Amino acid sequence: MKIKKFGEKIPQSLFFIIALSALSVLALITVFILIEGVPLISKVGVFKFLFGMKWAPSLGQYGIFPMIVGTVFVTTGAIILGVPIALCCSIFLAEFAPKKISNLVRPAIQLLAGIPSVVYGFWGLIFIVPFIRNYMGGPGLSILAGSIILAIMILPTIISISEVSILALPPLLKEGAFALGATHWQTIRGVLLPAAKSGILASIILGIGRAVGETMAVIMVLGNAVALPKSILDPARTLTTNIGIEMGYASGEHQQALFATGIVLLVIIMILNASAQYAIRRK
Amino acid sequence: MRNISPKTAQKIAMAGIWAGGAVTVGILLLIVIYVLLRGIPSLSIDFLFTAPKGGLSGDGGISTIIVSTVYLIGTTLIILVPVGIGAAIYLAEYAPSNKFTGVIRYGVEVLAGVPSIIFGLFGFALFVTALHFKFSILSGALTLVCILLPTMIRTTEEAIKGVPQAYREGALALGATRWQTISRVVIPAAMPGVITATILCIGRAIGETACLYVTMGGSAAMPSSLLSGGRTLSLQVFYLAMETRALDKAMATAAVLILIIIIVNTFTTWLAHRFYARMGGNV
Repeated sequence: MKIKKFGEKIPQSLFFIIALSALSVLALITVFILIEGVPLISKVGVFKFLFGMKWAPSLGQYGIFPMIVGTVFVTTGAIILGVPIALCCSIFLAEFAPKKISNLVRPAIQLLAGIPSVVYGFWGLIFIVPFIRNYMGGPGLSILAGSIILAIMILPTIISISEVSILALPPLLKEGAFALGATHWQTIRGVLLPAAKSGILASIILGIGRAVGETMAVIMVLGNAVALPKSILDPARTLTTNIGIEMGYASGEHQQALFATGIVLLVIIMILNASAQYAIRRK
Repeated sequence: MRNISPKTAQKIAMAGIWAGGAVTVGILLLIVIYVLLRGIPSLSIDFLFTAPKGGLSGDGGISTIIVSTVYLIGTTLIILVPVGIGAAIYLAEYAPSNKFTGVIRYGVEVLAGVPSIIFGLFGFALFVTALHFKFSILSGALTLVCILLPTMIRTTEEAIKGVPQAYREGALALGATRWQTISRVVIPAAMPGVITATILCIGRAIGETACLYVTMGGSAAMPSSLLSGGRTLSLQVFYLAMETRALDKAMATAAVLILIIIIVNTFTTWLAHRFYARMGGNV
């Protein structure tokens, strides 16, 4: 009897230890990136690092403000272009699409989520970039190109989470509104969307997180110049692409500066994720 | 007249919402069809089985790239699948509903939101540098395990939870211990779900680029061991597009990627449907 009990304990403790893996990876990531990055930030100074205008590793100048601005511009563009389409599509799937059509659209969205980011980047490079260069001016490799590609890439995230939060609403809400004589659109705008607000908000925040974190596709279409962009047709560089481009040849202090860029990125992502979780839980 | 009648508003909104669905599917079709139409003509058996020349010409095929990709994904799965299943078993079957379980779950959730390039920085600091695995397939695989852990754990946990409670009660009623119930009844019943989770991870592994860009080195030569550098299909698209003029080869490789993702998605959807139909039908 005792042996049997002991045999029961082994798998339980073993699986407990394995279950700690995700938590340990998260801790290790934080520790490693802090160890590599903090010395440089403390050497340069937090303020000069975050708001410095000049990034010239060969001269020992590490200011990432242009990258922060680049990230904000590209992400904002992606949200402006992507969110309306994504919200319409999620309402379409949750409320209007006949079963036959939604059975086609859902796998399509899954595929959109599964296409590798380099394929988006490559398609952007040979389809979007020349289009912008020829019809709107500038080098083509630009904030606008980056925003368009990211807008497409965040569609699946926003659509699937918003759709789920609309579908999760109790049917009574809709029936009540209909019974009061509201049209379908009045019901959606006045009852369903406000009720699903927290889920929709979370989906948008997670979409922002995805856009901020994307690297390869953005490297391919953004032009990567380290300068404050003056218009959406100018090239720019984001925090992620700064790391991606220079990691291959950086060493010493320069490499530390890239880890320091990673710290800023990680902090932004953590804040975004925490707010998404908060938005979901507050309900 | 500023007031639009509810009926008109309904019509306008309907048009917008249907357009949202149509635009989403339209963008997907545009990308997929564009890449396939332009990529498939340069695809041939020769292309798949010839080694790339490397360098700036971009000549040759993708045979060594396919081998590297298979090595990478094989190594990743050997580590990922047992760890993922173990953690999922703990969370689905053993975990008490207390604060610490909440922390473990939160860790999985947060890890899922960390951008690929941050995992890359971490993999570079830990596997490439500290553990001296150098830029290699092994470093890339270990980094991929960290990225895919949340997907594997969550999907497997869903699958285990999908097994009807009656299975467990039946086994326990026959005098089986908890571990016997889990290992001989629950896991076998959840197997199709576990396979779905694994294939889902393969799909994501094929699409990952940023983290591998800074941990795998990017050699186009045939890998001789896990400590050789390597290039995945996604990385090959990136290198061809950014460093060579062989855009047709890049397009062909991108087409291969899209075809793989379509196959993976179709297969997982089919498997998941079968699994849940069976679990549902047996209750």
